[in-house]
Amino acid sequence: MPEQQPPESAGTALADDLETTGLVADAFTVEVAGVTAGVQPARKKRLGIGAWLAIVWLVGLILAAVAAPILPIAGANETFTSIQRAQAPFSTITTTGGGTTTPFAEGHVLGGDRNGHDLLSRAIYGARNSLIVGFGAIAFGILVGGTLGLIGGYYRGRIDAVIVGFLDIMLAIPALVLALSLTAVLRGRVDDLWILVIALAIISVPVLGRITRANTLVWSEREFVTAARAQGAKNWRIMTREVLPNVLPAMFSIALLGVAVVISAEAALRLLGIGLSITDPSWGGIINDGRDFLTQGITAHVVFVGSAFIFLTILALNYLADVVRARFDVREAAI
Amino acid sequence: MDALATLLGYLLIVVVVLGVLAVLALAVGTRAGRRKLLQLVVVLLVVTFFSFSLLHLTPGDPARTQKPFATEEQLKPIREEIGLNEPFLVQYKDWLFNFVQGDFGRDYSTNLPVQDSIGKQLGVSLQLIFYAQFLALALAIPLGIFAAYKAGTWFDKSANSIAFGAIAIPPFVVAFVLIFYLAVQLGWFPTQQYVAFGTDPAEHFKHMFLPALSLAVAQIAIYMRLLRSDMIQTLQEDFITMAKAKGLTNRRILWRHALRPSSFTLLTAAALNFGALIGGAVVIEFVFQLPGMGLGLIQSVSTRQYTAVQAYVALIAVAFVLFNAFVDGVYSVLDPRIRHARAAAA
Repeated sequence: MPEQQPPESAGTALADDLETTGLVADAFTVEVAGVTAGVQPARKKRLGIGAWLAIVWLVGLILAAVAAPILPIAGANETFTSIQRAQAPFSTITTTGGGTTTPFAEGHVLGGDRNGHDLLSRAIYGARNSLIVGFGAIAFGILVGGTLGLIGGYYRGRIDAVIVGFLDIMLAIPALVLALSLTAVLRGRVDDLWILVIALAIISVPVLGRITRANTLVWSEREFVTAARAQGAKNWRIMTREVLPNVLPAMFSIALLGVAVVISAEAALRLLGIGLSITDPSWGGIINDGRDFLTQGITAHVVFVGSAFIFLTILALNYLADVVRARFDVREAAI
Repeated sequence: MDALATLLGYLLIVVVVLGVLAVLALAVGTRAGRRKLLQLVVVLLVVTFFSFSLLHLTPGDPARTQKPFATEEQLKPIREEIGLNEPFLVQYKDWLFNFVQGDFGRDYSTNLPVQDSIGKQLGVSLQLIFYAQFLALALAIPLGIFAAYKAGTWFDKSANSIAFGAIAIPPFVVAFVLIFYLAVQLGWFPTQQYVAFGTDPAEHFKHMFLPALSLAVAQIAIYMRLLRSDMIQTLQEDFITMAKAKGLTNRRILWRHALRPSSFTLLTAAALNFGALIGGAVVIEFVFQLPGMGLGLIQSVSTRQYTAVQAYVALIAVAFVLFNAFVDGVYSVLDPRIRHARAAAA
């Protein structure tokens, strides 16, 4: 039997979370709970090597995505005959029309897809779309969900009940099904990218709202809030200057997880043929392009390149979310 | 016919419905319960209203979208059938009445009633979700117990790291990796298609294994970590020391004494996880071409059969809401702390 101390009450923390979220959770929340539970609080002040790796990966990715046009890589829709595999139309059998798609061939480090695109360039341009969708949706989600959560948690009472009811209703449809149906019916109305951002933002609102509200409830009870009120500070000022700064770390941590969930959801929608159009590169699109190759046993690397970018990004985001949570979580700090 | 799993699936539905009814019956007795009930009704109304309005969010004439090559003459009965000539709220009322009675409208690309296809698909989806959940719990519980028992050792640490990585892999990526190595390269499993249990049980499980495992991987990681952290706490309790002092074997202490008090969070998470599984199942059914509700939904979306989309979304949402209400109700019956907390809050 282990004799050591329990590594902090992650389980109780989760139980608290589940209780504060009223037991009506969904994919997002449970995922969030699962990710955060079992994490040991960082006792050291310094960032570990894992956190640095995660930061380097994300920053590098963002820089590459921003600088994509001036990087020495092929254009996103540029095709190369050297990596093109001609495919007979309407046939399940791929005929090799010369050329190769495998990595390290003729200066194409990651190889190419069946349309003759260079995969490295595809992945970097894809990062643009995937990151815009991921961060865009969550930024919107924070704006709406965060505001609602802050107001509900601060004022309580009737306003809070209405807000919680509203968030509950949004949670009542499984996230992916909601995003899927919204994207499906909205397409053709606005630009594809915006539809995705809006649909995925909507699924992130209730999660961010609930977390913000739960944290606001706790922080609004603290002495310095009472002190501010006693000094005659306006509600708005207390909310933004006293409560919000303390709630931000928790929101930031959940937001990072949220970006990861949204990136994965974007890829899933693309796979289902509902996301961005074919000319817009995205990681989900790369996987979708390589799918036939994989199931026919021709080559798997196209799918794996797309998958690797998604996996590493989600891993980095999840890891950073944990680090942020462990560093700022009041429950785990020795007060 | 299509035996065990479907049967279990339907049994689950029956249990949930009965459970909801039982919880309702209990709830009418208390003030908090009545409020909860009212909330449930409101949520159901809003959710069905949202599903209903999906058809009207689509650009253009809903009848024309669903049957693009029909003449104006042919569209008339369709408009009549959907009720497009009525005021919006009347349409919703009619749609809801039909929905409750199991009339989900028609798929205009095949001219078949939507409920017929959903009836066939429901079993497949339930099987997939059931297998995935079973697989996840069957693997996660022993792993979680062992990790807690070996807390701090290399096994625990590596299991934790692997679990952390596994959570970051979307189910469809797991699916492609499994397809490539186990189906394409080794040829142990088929890459696609569905075989009914009644047709050939062995083939059935062969076809369902990869989809179920793809869905289960992330859940295994989540469940394992939940159980591990609760279990570590339980193992510090006095009654465990007592059990050790009595000379019970480790195995007996872990499985008989420590597991039950540690499994509350795990079971809550597992119960609430059905929503995640429904979402994941949509993608997995698509990748493996399993004719479940997820694939049905995708097909309706891509053929722009929005009447069918309404029905799918409404059905999934209603099932999800009722299931959560059921879990909630069961907990307030099982765990008096929640009941009292609610009563105090009300």
